[in-house]
Amino acid sequence: MTLIKTSYNRRSFLKTSTVAGGGFVLGFSWLASCQTADPVKEAIVKAMPKEWFDINAFLKIGDTGIVTIMSPNPEIGQNVKTAMPMIVAEELDVAWEDVVVEQAGLDTDKYTRQLAGGSQSIRQGWQGLRMAGATARRMLLEATAKKWEVAVDELTTDAGIIYHKASGKKIGYGEIAAAANGMTVPEEIALKDPKDFKIIGTDRKNVDGQKIVTGQSLFGMDIQEEGMKIAMIVHPPAFGMKLKSFDGEAIKSMPGISDVFSINTKPEGVKLQWSDQGNVYPELVAIVGETTWQVMKAKKALTVNWVPGSKAESSADHEAALTKFMAQAPKEVARKDGDPTAAFNVATKIVERTYSAPFLAHNTMEPMNFYANVTADKAELNGPIQTPQFARPTAAALLGMTEDQVSIGMTRMGGGFGRRLYGNFVMEAALISKQANAPVKLVYTREDDMTQGTYRPAYKVTYRAALDADNNMTAFHVRGAGTHGSPVFADRFPAGAVDNYLAENHTKESNISTGAWRAPRSNFIACAEQCFLDEVAKEAGKDPIDFRLGLFERAASNPVGEKNDYDAERYAGVLKLIKDKANWNGASANGVHRGVSAYFCHNSYVAQVVDVVMEDNQPKVSKVHCAVDCGIVINPLSAKNQIEGGIIDGIGHAMFSGMTFQNGKPDQENFDTYRLIRHAEAPAEIETHFVDNGIDPTGLGEPSLPPIAAAVANAIAAATGERLYSQPFIANKQILG
Amino acid sequence: MAVYNLTINGKKQQVDVDPDTPMLWVLRDHINLVGTKYGCGIGQCGACTVHLDGNAVRSCSLTVDKVKDQKITTIEGLSANGDHPLQEAWIAHDVPQCGYCQAGQVMNAASLLSNNSNPSDEEIAGAMNGNICRCGTYTRIKAAIKTAATKMG
Repeated sequence: MTLIKTSYNRRSFLKTSTVAGGGFVLGFSWLASCQTADPVKEAIVKAMPKEWFDINAFLKIGDTGIVTIMSPNPEIGQNVKTAMPMIVAEELDVAWEDVVVEQAGLDTDKYTRQLAGGSQSIRQGWQGLRMAGATARRMLLEATAKKWEVAVDELTTDAGIIYHKASGKKIGYGEIAAAANGMTVPEEIALKDPKDFKIIGTDRKNVDGQKIVTGQSLFGMDIQEEGMKIAMIVHPPAFGMKLKSFDGEAIKSMPGISDVFSINTKPEGVKLQWSDQGNVYPELVAIVGETTWQVMKAKKALTVNWVPGSKAESSADHEAALTKFMAQAPKEVARKDGDPTAAFNVATKIVERTYSAPFLAHNTMEPMNFYANVTADKAELNGPIQTPQFARPTAAALLGMTEDQVSIGMTRMGGGFGRRLYGNFVMEAALISKQANAPVKLVYTREDDMTQGTYRPAYKVTYRAALDADNNMTAFHVRGAGTHGSPVFADRFPAGAVDNYLAENHTKESNISTGAWRAPRSNFIACAEQCFLDEVAKEAGKDPIDFRLGLFERAASNPVGEKNDYDAERYAGVLKLIKDKANWNGASANGVHRGVSAYFCHNSYVAQVVDVVMEDNQPKVSKVHCAVDCGIVINPLSAKNQIEGGIIDGIGHAMFSGMTFQNGKPDQENFDTYRLIRHAEAPAEIETHFVDNGIDPTGLGEPSLPPIAAAVANAIAAATGERLYSQPFIANKQILG
Repeated sequence: MAVYNLTINGKKQQVDVDPDTPMLWVLRDHINLVGTKYGCGIGQCGACTVHLDGNAVRSCSLTVDKVKDQKITTIEGLSANGDHPLQEAWIAHDVPQCGYCQAGQVMNAASLLSNNSNPSDEEIAGAMNGNICRCGTYTRIKAAIKTAATKMG
């Protein structure tokens, strides 16, 4: 990579307008991606502004018309760093080619909900981002109207230029930005009619794409700072164990090792946030040294004595406890409609099935890490965290600082999937830096990462359905259990579609820590529910799509109960769309077996049809058809990527993955024993269809994952006659690759 | 500690490290080439893939003392201007989600195409099976490799 000399003057970034700040950082970072060989970029560099004008927290306009738009939320691969600025740019009415995107750091004064979780960044950011762009545009228009002495509503904009039709005048945003800067922010603002969108709804490439494919520094793991040391932690080898003692002196003489000490991330009196709950190993041994390999070697050589602190649990214990729950009614019901007991008593046929799934690790490709530079009066923290606004108060409390002494920067994350909601590694890095009196980058090994906990809980659920003589489903009963909580959503489908309904929850306490894992609870319950409904449809002699559509029709026209948290018509809509697009009623190709599934979560609706073929007596997914209703799609190119990723992720974990334990010790520590889906196991083709309904956008990063495992299992059942009840569906016989 | 003279991306580099240091950490910690990623450390995920005399190897499992005069190429050196047909195809298909594994995927794919200029779907899956993408971009990776193969002709 070559840095270039341009007409840009570095000092110009220090010279800011009256309210501007941080311009230097923005410009410098952007320039680092520029290369002389690219004529387009060269042209942009020549247009590099000498001055930037802050319009609001989300955008700055340069005197040449280049616009910097801040992406406020953490980027974990869900592509909000492209999508959120697209929304601002749309309302600002600027050409996307003139936009430079920058990642914001944590700033709770400027931004709300700087969090990556629950597929909510776009949904909850939508109005605010539109307003930021629209108010900026309005201020530019007002400044222009004042300058030309014309009425504001005589002005129009297009791609960063303001026009006055009557006089034929025009002016670029960059030329009027100085005058707009400091203008009163309008109290009311009109937003664009979605039919006038020029950027939203168009394919836009990932703004970090070029940096990613050329290996530039983007991730927390890539941070290199002057004087920075490498730190690693040693946590107990088994859940239930705790630290007794360690022989730090024995490894201090190893090359490069400077410090060995213990830390406690949860001392008494420190106020914890919800994001601190996943951490069951607060007391750790920390090793600090010069290079990663030196610290890794010292870590292996370190002798630590652990003692039991609580019960040593094994997977067999969890299985036994969850199985026991399936035969027990809990004291309280989660939801009851009608008289389920009476309905089951008079049923012509009862279908009962039990489904289970193991703990799962997140296994982000970038293991946990964080940079910390803690000095007497401030703490500079930087790295991959999905919840910076919750990490800061804990870090401040731990360090004995006020929150404004603690800054948190956000790097691009090598995956999140929920793991980086829980910032124990941020606290560890901060405490290690403080104790070592040096800037440190804390690095987890893959083994640290996989055995530390915060897993998707182990789950089990039993379903019962009552059919009458006409094969109508007259009663539905779901009883769920899981470590640290049940997977059942009592008010979700088919609640509302059945006269007699009962939902029950059990919780198995455990010292194995769990947390949110991509589409929490849904990631299991959707598969169980949609596999079960497939069997009920078969028992009722009905087509599986028509059977579901019948239930949605009931829920839409005459819903049971008042607390049904889904829209039955939108739910039915995705099923109808996929029925059409996959040509469900048409003749399927010879040897193709099909399964269907539909689910609602994160405010979005997804239906999938899977085609399975048999190759060498093994089922193989040849194609996935997917229909999605997530309202307005900001960036179809990356939206499809999210849908495809969720599908592959969902297939992989249901088919292959699982964490098991013997006496608290994880059986899996790395990818030689924890099986993730690989290239050869991915579907050959995925076809995605979005419902075009103009509704405000909803979740996209999670909703395609939960239903897919059921669509695959139902297709396999169609192909082989074998129903799958226990995940992972394929035993961990062999590691590929 | 010992001194090693290495050729990385066509440039001579001298490092003073322990002989058992994996090239992954030599690249990342000593030469500041951070495009090569740490994923598993045991040659199971492919995030650390580099070229050794043009062939894909896992740099986490290649110790510095074994390199000798073999030439190392990393993602930073795959092309002068980030315009290798695979890099361009990765952009054209908008492959990355989180992006962490992608440098390893690109390096592995480059080695595949240098040995097989027109791989079938099965050959792509077979050659790429050692590279995990946790985000599940496999179908796009396959499409991008085919696009690049066509372009390289």
